[in-house]
Amino acid sequence: MQCTHSFLFDDWHVVADMELLTQQTPIATTLFESPVTVQCDDNGTVICECKGSALPTQTRYGFVWTSLGEPARDIVHIPEAYEDDRYVVSGGSFFVRTSGLRVVENFLDMGHFPFVHSGWLGDEPHTEVKPYEVTLTEENEILATECYFHQPVASPTATGGIEVEYTYRVYRPFTVALYKTNPVCDGRMDYIVLFIQPVSPETCVVHSLLCYVKEGMKRSDLRWFMQLIFSQDKPILENQIPRRLPLDPRAETPIRADKVAIVYRRWLRDHNVSYGAIPAQGDPR
Amino acid sequence: MLKLYDYELSGNCYKIRLMLSFLDVVHSIESVDFYPGAQHKSPAFLRLNPMGQLPVIEDAGMVLRDAQAILIYLAARYDSQGVWFPRDDPVRLGQIAQWLAFADSITATASVARLHDGLLYSHVDSEAARLGAHKLFRILDEHLYFCEQVEQTWICPGDQPTLADIACFPYVMLSEEGGISRIDYPALRRWCDRFKRIPGFVVMPGIFHAGPGLEASTV
Ligand SMILES: [Fe+2]
Repeated sequence: MQCTHSFLFDDWHVVADMELLTQQTPIATTLFESPVTVQCDDNGTVICECKGSALPTQTRYGFVWTSLGEPARDIVHIPEAYEDDRYVVSGGSFFVRTSGLRVVENFLDMGHFPFVHSGWLGDEPHTEVKPYEVTLTEENEILATECYFHQPVASPTATGGIEVEYTYRVYRPFTVALYKTNPVCDGRMDYIVLFIQPVSPETCVVHSLLCYVKEGMKRSDLRWFMQLIFSQDKPILENQIPRRLPLDPRAETPIRADKVAIVYRRWLRDHNVSYGAIPAQGDPR
Repeated sequence: MLKLYDYELSGNCYKIRLMLSFLDVVHSIESVDFYPGAQHKSPAFLRLNPMGQLPVIEDAGMVLRDAQAILIYLAARYDSQGVWFPRDDPVRLGQIAQWLAFADSITATASVARLHDGLLYSHVDSEAARLGAHKLFRILDEHLYFCEQVEQTWICPGDQPTLADIACFPYVMLSEEGGISRIDYPALRRWCDRFKRIPGFVVMPGIFHAGPGLEASTV
C-alpha cells in the first residue's frame, strides 16, 4: 500500500453497483490493492469487509461506498440525482487497464471527440477545441466552463447535429462530472458523473451515474448510449503509455494535455496524490 | 419489419448486425439492458427466449434465438445469391456448419474471458477460458495459413466469405479485451484485416475499421 495520504485514502469510494449486488451477492472486488467483499443480507443491509474486518459502508445514488481509512468528509453531494424530472441510472461498471487518473483526464478532454467518437460526439473536420475557462472553486473543485463543441449525436434524444455546451467538474481525484446541453429542453443540462474505483495504480473500475432529463428520453437508451461512448474510449485508454499519469510539468505536451488537464495535474500535485501517478521529478515523495 | 433484440457490446449480437448490413436488410433494433440490468433474465425476456440469451430476432411472426441459427435464417431468407450460405453445395454447407459450431466454442472461451475482465463477471474461470481460446485460435490460425497457401481468402473455399467468417470474426477481434493476444497468430490477423474490407462492414465498440495498411504487416 503506497497510498497513505488522507485526501485519497480517508475518503469514500464506490465498490459496487447496487443493481449488480441484488443479482449476485457477495461481490469480491479490490480497492487500493486490498480485497473488499461486498455483501447484501436478507434485510437488504449492505456490509463491506476487508480481510475479515468490517469497513464503513454507505449506499447512495444506487452504489455501495466504502473506505479503507476514516472518511474525513461525506460522499459528494449531487443535487441532480434527487430531481424528479430526471432518470437517475447507473451506466454500468467497467474494468479498465489504466490509472483512474488517466480516465479522469480523458473524460475532461474534448479534443478526442471527432476521432474516438466520430459520428457521435464529434466529426471531422470540426476538430478544433475553442478556448474555455478553468477555475478552482472555494470548495476546492476544478470547474471548466464555456466549453462548446459541435456534436452530430450529442445524446440519445438528439435528432441532428447541435452546438453543445459542456461544464466539467472535478470533485475529487477520482470523481469527475460533466453537464451538457440537453438537445430537447431549452436551458436544461444532462449530467454524468464517474466514480472511479482505484483497484491498483494501473487499473480501475469506472462506475458512472447518469442523470438525464426525462423529456423525450427512453430510459433504456441511456445505458446504451453511455456504454457505446465509453466502449469507444476504453481501447484508447488502455493503449496509453505509461498507464500512470505523469505529474511532472515537463511531461505535459501542449497538444495532449490541454488547459483543464494541466490544472488537474497541478491540483493532484498540490494535494500529494501519487496513487496512479508518476510523481514530478525532484518530489520528496 | 425484422426486429433484433440487441446489446451493443455483445459480439454475438454484432454477428447479426454484420449480416443485416452485408445483406442490407431493413430492420429495427430493440436494445436490451444486458448489463448491468440483466434484462435478458427478466420474465418478459424469458418468454421470448427461455435460455435468457441474446441475440433474438422476430421476423414475419417468428421468434428465433441463437446467433448461428439466426445467421443461417437470414442468409437463407435474404441472400438471393446464396453466397453466404450456399444451399445447394453439400460440401461447403458441411464445412460452414463445422465452423459455426467452432464459433460457438470461441464464444464459450474468448467471450467468457472478456466478460470476466471487462464486465466484472467474477464467478467464471477466466484462466481456463483464455487457455481454451488460445487452443482454438491456434487451430484457426493454422487453418487460415493453409488456406493462404492455396490462395483461399476465407475460412471456407470459394471467392466469397460465408457465414463461417461472420460467426468467427467478432470474438476473435474482441479477444484482447479478455487478455487474449493475437500476436502469435499472423494468419488470423491477416484474415481479420481482410474481413474488415468486406463491403458493408460495420464496426462495434472495440472494433475499428481497417487502417490504410494491413494490420498484420506491422508485425
Ligand atoms: Fe471519450
